[in-house]
Amino acid sequence: MAIKQLTVFVQNQKGTVVSVTDILAKNNINLRALSIAETQDFGILRLIVNDEKTAERVLSENGYLIKVIDVVGVKIGDAPGKLTEALAVLDRAGINVEYLYAFMARTEKHAYVVLRVEDNAVAEATLTAAGFHMISEADINKL
Amino acid sequence: MAQNYYQKEIETMPREQMKALQSEKLVKQVRHVYENVPYYRDLMDRKGVSPDDVQSIDDLYKLPFLSKADLRDAYPYGLLAKPLEDCVRIQSTSGTTGRRVVAFYTQKDIDLWEDCCARAITAVGGTKKDVCQVAYGYGLFTGGPGLNGGSHKVGCLTLPLSSGNTERQIQFMTDLGATILCCTPSYAAYLGESLKELGYKPQDIPLKAGIFGAEPWTEEMRKGIEETLGIKAYDIYGLTETSGPGVAFECCEQSGMHVNEDHFFAEIIDPDTGEVLPEGSRGELVFTSLDKEAFPLLRYRTRDICVLSRKKCSCGRTLIKMAKPMGRTDDMLIIRGVNVFPSQIEAVLLKEGYEPNYQIVVDRVKNNDTFDVNVEMTPERFTDKVSEIMAMERSLAGAIKTMLGINPAVHLVPPKTIERSEGKAKRVIDKRKLI
Ligand SMILES: [Zn+2]
Repeated sequence: MAIKQLTVFVQNQKGTVVSVTDILAKNNINLRALSIAETQDFGILRLIVNDEKTAERVLSENGYLIKVIDVVGVKIGDAPGKLTEALAVLDRAGINVEYLYAFMARTEKHAYVVLRVEDNAVAEATLTAAGFHMISEADINKL
Repeated sequence: MAQNYYQKEIETMPREQMKALQSEKLVKQVRHVYENVPYYRDLMDRKGVSPDDVQSIDDLYKLPFLSKADLRDAYPYGLLAKPLEDCVRIQSTSGTTGRRVVAFYTQKDIDLWEDCCARAITAVGGTKKDVCQVAYGYGLFTGGPGLNGGSHKVGCLTLPLSSGNTERQIQFMTDLGATILCCTPSYAAYLGESLKELGYKPQDIPLKAGIFGAEPWTEEMRKGIEETLGIKAYDIYGLTETSGPGVAFECCEQSGMHVNEDHFFAEIIDPDTGEVLPEGSRGELVFTSLDKEAFPLLRYRTRDICVLSRKKCSCGRTLIKMAKPMGRTDDMLIIRGVNVFPSQIEAVLLKEGYEPNYQIVVDRVKNNDTFDVNVEMTPERFTDKVSEIMAMERSLAGAIKTMLGINPAVHLVPPKTIERSEGKAKRVIDKRKLI
């Protein structure tokens, strides 16, 4: 069920994000979500795209250090408190969320949250049991 | 300023007399080494030189050179010329085996070394009425023990503060009225800034002179230190291989350092051909110990680029003068007083599982050396977690600190972002303007 996240190691410098998104755009890759974690020295770009295989290839060809990892995607109703509810479920189950970021769908009245956890299967089972809907790679490609 | 000398007869000895003394000592020293150091005997035999070929200091050029590589090959006892039972101390540079120099001393060696330091302290006006604060590191590093011994010999009240702990340094300095300060120039500058921040004006600070060495510094730095501390700042030169600080020292002229040439004979050679160059030429500085017992080194190549001068000095000393070293013939860097070879960083990276793609960036900010090491991230190590990458940086910095004794800031950077010249990464960027 897990979805693929592209993780790119970049220098924390002006223009690094643009040069990554530019390469993706030129190769007709749609960006679903983008999050940046940065320190004084380096930045880590986390991307959800519609075609992660091509994205990985073109970015690698351009010299970027990339890692594709599995993350959990969960559908969150577009109402106050929904994210808190999901996080509370995970917290009660003792699941630590390393980081998360959210994005909106164009058509549906939903937000999607990407969660980085230690064990995807356990997190998914926990959220599903609590009534949340997980999203798959196929869902991402349809967005 | 009325001149005081610690050993006037030697320090002002006419040239011809000094030459006779040096010759007499050299003949003995060569014989001592030949008889007791098989490593060097072998070098002499291979060059076809016997002790009989050395009858005066003019014959020195016939002898083979010793280099850092020889010290490495012979580590730890290969160049020792006395039985260990006659030795009473070692001193050592930082660094790992191979890079680390371990020097041995008999009691007489220590005595002569301390005499050299006493000459330096006397030359800056030190007498037994002075209070001498030694803020060089004590321990394996030669700075603290050398100046400490010299200060005792002069009869100063010695404050053995060792390095660091600025608050305590300032307390002792002001409470006990230190008049002479011995430390690295960057630490002197730092102390000056700290005193200024605490509201001290130069006239409130009891110091009158400072003896600063173990790292390169500029005339500009000298001016800064002299102004903030209200003192005269003097240079001192030495290396663990020869004994420690006090091989050469500055006098009131502050225009180069008098070499204690009754103990250490200085030559300038062409680093490529090994040929001895005439006085005034720029080349590699080579030292020959003349009366060391435990760790005598004949024609040791320092890798420092330097100039010697016999111009008459207004202080009355006839000892030859060496300029402040103008650079290195190898890639050694001196960072915060510590000798750093890029190959040491490379060794740590390989051991820790990184590619040897790195860059050392050194700068001097507010008179303190900054030391940054950029290292390219490897695909195997890359993770999406910031905390893990920061932990890798810290761990690598710790490994480098263990190797060198000084703490770098390590920055992991994306692959292929370190500037390359002719396929090789540019290893060192030294932004300090020291020459
Ligand atoms: Zn002089």
